[in-house]
This record gives sequence, C-alpha cells and structure tokens, in this order.
Amino acid sequence: MSEVIVVTSGKGGVGKTTTSANVGTGLASLGKKVVLIDTDIGLRNLDVVMGLENRIVYNLVDVVEGNCRIKQALIKDKRYPSLYLMPSAQTRDKTSVNPGQMKKMIAALKEQYDYIILDCPAGIEQGFQNAIAAADRAIVVTTPEVSAIRDADRIIGLLEANDFNKIDLVVNRVRNDLIKRGDMMSINDVVDILSIPLLGFVPDDENVVIATNQGEPLVGSNTYAGIAYMNITKRVTGLEVPPMEFPKTVTFWTRVSDLFKKKQEV
Amino acid sequence: MKNIFSVFKRKKSSDVAKDRLKILLISDRVNCSPEVLERIKADIAEVISKYMKIDVNTMEIQISKTGMKSINNTKTPTLYANIPILDLRNK
Repeated sequence: MSEVIVVTSGKGGVGKTTTSANVGTGLASLGKKVVLIDTDIGLRNLDVVMGLENRIVYNLVDVVEGNCRIKQALIKDKRYPSLYLMPSAQTRDKTSVNPGQMKKMIAALKEQYDYIILDCPAGIEQGFQNAIAAADRAIVVTTPEVSAIRDADRIIGLLEANDFNKIDLVVNRVRNDLIKRGDMMSINDVVDILSIPLLGFVPDDENVVIATNQGEPLVGSNTYAGIAYMNITKRVTGLEVPPMEFPKTVTFWTRVSDLFKKKQEV
Repeated sequence: MKNIFSVFKRKKSSDVAKDRLKILLISDRVNCSPEVLERIKADIAEVISKYMKIDVNTMEIQISKTGMKSINNTKTPTLYANIPILDLRNK
C-alpha cells in the first residue's frame, strides 16, 4: 500500500526541503520505491538539494497541463534507482495548479510507488492547499524557536481541520549546548506545546550545509544529522527505533566546544 | 564575573519562550485573547457559584485545538473547564 506524505511547516527556512530530501532518499535506501514532489511552484529548491537540477526537462506544471506524461517529468536519482524527483516549475506561479489536479496526478503515481513525499511551500496559501490535498499523512517540521513553533501550531490546526489523522513532528536544528544552558526549548518542551507525536529530532549539524552544497542528502551517513534522518526514515515506515543517544553526543559536543573555548581564551 | 551574576539574575530564555508561546497559542487557536479568557473564567465561576461551592482559585479553563467533533463532523476548538467542587449542596 502506498503512502502520500506531505512535509510542511508554515514558516520558511526551518528545513522542509532538507527533510523531504533526506526522508525520501532514506526510504529509497531501504529499498522502497519513492517519488519526491516539489510543490513549491515558482521557487523550486528540492532539485538543487538532491543535486538533480541539471536533468530537468519537464516539471509538475507540464504534467498537470498535459504537456507531457508523468514518466517524462520524473528524474531518476543519482544514487538510488528506486528514487524519483518531480521538479516544480520555476517560471510559473502557485495558481497554475489546483488541488483537484494534484489529487489526480498523485492517484496515478500511487499505483507504482510505495511513498510519495510532497515538499510543501512555506505559507498557508494555495501552494499549501495543493500540497495537502492528496496527502494521507503529514510531517510537520519545526525548530525550537517561538516563531517556527507558532506557525507549526497554526499548520497543525489547518491539517486537523482537513481531517488529517496522522500528523508527526520533526524538530530540526536542535542545539544541545543551548538547551543545557537554558537558552533553547528542549524537545520535550516543543512536543508538549504542539502535542503531536514526535517522529524525531535533528541536531544542528554543519554537515547539512555541506551536503546541500554538494547536492547529496546525508541520510545514512555517519554524521549526527545523517543518523537522525535515518532514524526518522525508519520511524516513517513504522519501525521502532530507540531515540538517538542524546546525552552521549552532548558530552562529546560540549567537550569539543569547551576545548575550543579554552584554546581561544589562551 | 559579569557572566556569573547575570546567570543568577535572569530567567532562562527557554522558559520565557515557553511561557510566551503557551499564551500566544491559546489566543492564536481561537482568536481569543488571554484577557477575554480570564473574563470568561470569572463569569463561569460566578454562574456555577450560584448552585454549588467551587474552588475558584484552582479552577482552570483552557482551549484545546483538538476538540470534540461538532455538527459538521469536523474537529473544532473546544473550551474545557476544570472546576473543583468544594461542596455539592446549595449554599
């Protein structure tokens, strides 16, 4: 049975595209057939994060308008043969597609793929409505900041109003040194406030920036974020994965950062 | 040294964030400000007090976004009130 998952957040820049790319790639690495769809018409990004920007011929709007077949718009991933990307259109606007058209297209994709991941644009306008129209479940991405959490809460309300009964949370860019110092809300605080199940958290990791520079999702790599995204991916498939060893990484981090601090002081 | 003193003085900024969010989200969820909520609480207390003795100090009301299903079968925000009864008999 195939699942359609929308990755959304309300606020921009919290890591929707990174999460979509990594969860999609992670699922493909587990042997699933996956399509990633960039639904941000006019501001496409998922193609560059995946490193597939040079291979685009047709896009989502072409499919919806019937300029090409679905297959023609799907770009095969560099690393995983069971992973495809449907890029968004860059020179059109959000009104080029409506929820009905999205539903129709996704219904066709559902027949052939295990997971369809929709990377949702920021905001709650038509782009959001298009992205959620055909989805069965949602991943809400937030960071432990007041503005991101406020928007996430609004998004959760809208998803619930649209009868989503599976909404999970990913807390991104967690910095344990700040949490320990009392300058960042803990993951428990965030879960408490938003009161939806936690799929996992992703530590603030410079490797994410490096991976984006290179156009290769880091899921599964031996980095904090890579491990975190792999755990999240497994939980998406319903596997039980114990939470990441937070205390250990914390002591390691703080040790390293303390080392640096001492060096600087000297 | 300055740092050490300020640690004692200031409230943790994560706690400030949490408190701000809790109040903010209540008003966001229903377009209802905390002041209005306080007035609703006072009014409810007044009405219930006509019939039984309640503990006004510990009573709490809150708005949940995942509320009960309303007529058109969609979930709507719901007002919950927890009102401890001190004495069931009419005063």
